[in-house]
Amino acid sequence: MAVDKFSVEASHIMMFARSIGDGNQIYYDKEYAEAAEPGAIIAPPTFVQASAQFDSTYGLRPSMDGIGWMGSGSNPTSAIRREAPKTEEKDSEDGGRSRQSQGGGGLHAEQRYVYHRHPKVGDILTAASRPGESWERVGRRSGKLVFRESITEYRDQNGELVVTATSVGVTTERPVDQK
Amino acid sequence: MALKASELNIGDTYSETVVEDLKRTQIVMYAGASGDYNPVHTDEPFATKVAGYPTVFAHGMLTMGLTGRMLTNYVGDGRLTEFGVRFTSQVFPGDTLQSTATVESLEDGLVNLSVSTTNQNGVEVAKGTAQARVD
Repeated sequence: MAVDKFSVEASHIMMFARSIGDGNQIYYDKEYAEAAEPGAIIAPPTFVQASAQFDSTYGLRPSMDGIGWMGSGSNPTSAIRREAPKTEEKDSEDGGRSRQSQGGGGLHAEQRYVYHRHPKVGDILTAASRPGESWERVGRRSGKLVFRESITEYRDQNGELVVTATSVGVTTERPVDQK
Repeated sequence: MALKASELNIGDTYSETVVEDLKRTQIVMYAGASGDYNPVHTDEPFATKVAGYPTVFAHGMLTMGLTGRMLTNYVGDGRLTEFGVRFTSQVFPGDTLQSTATVESLEDGLVNLSVSTTNQNGVEVAKGTAQARVD
């Protein structure tokens, strides 16, 4: 994933906080936040994941014309008789899933963040990803598992590192057995 | 409201119910806010007939976000320095999740925590660690 301009905006933080059921004032109340220790509205710890919104080639969002999107319309999948959306090789965070719309597909196995500081409203971040390690093992509930690590650095408008995110994606041979 | 090192002991725990009877609508809210529209999370015909799951299931990152809410309520706003989890089991609509942080160690103004989120059946759905600045 590469994002050139991830504007950290108040309404986006408010909506993101709501989506994780977090009513903390630090995420929507400017006056409260300015008087609190962080000094500004900051982002919840997992917010940088929403940089996907600013990735123009993100594979897990329907394109503007909806063509090639795997989700259901009149059929359970609109990707019938069509290859999964052709996107360039992407990082493990989404690449596995967008490439495999049939069967088990890819799942998010692990996520780690290091906070050099917390993003705040007004920041304009960039994100650059690089592959990390990859490994395989055989799982009891889903067959052969292939793990791929992707490391994303989020930097601010001054080039300073804000958050380092490590994502581990896993592609499974078949859907995870629920038994 | 930050934690004070002088008031923390190894083994201290803090726990919250982070979601009760998870609604499909909350998963939709998370998809919209995060931008991750993978249909396995919100599209029942796709999740069941194409991907082969019993129903839609939550984004791992929704579980992590809910877990993070417990953490920030515990350590204070802007205090986390590290947070990581492994997603150990899927989370489905109807699940009730409990998140717990346990003090593992204290060092130079930092507390190291283990983090665990379990569902209503006691199955761990996320497991990891966090570190935060303390006073």
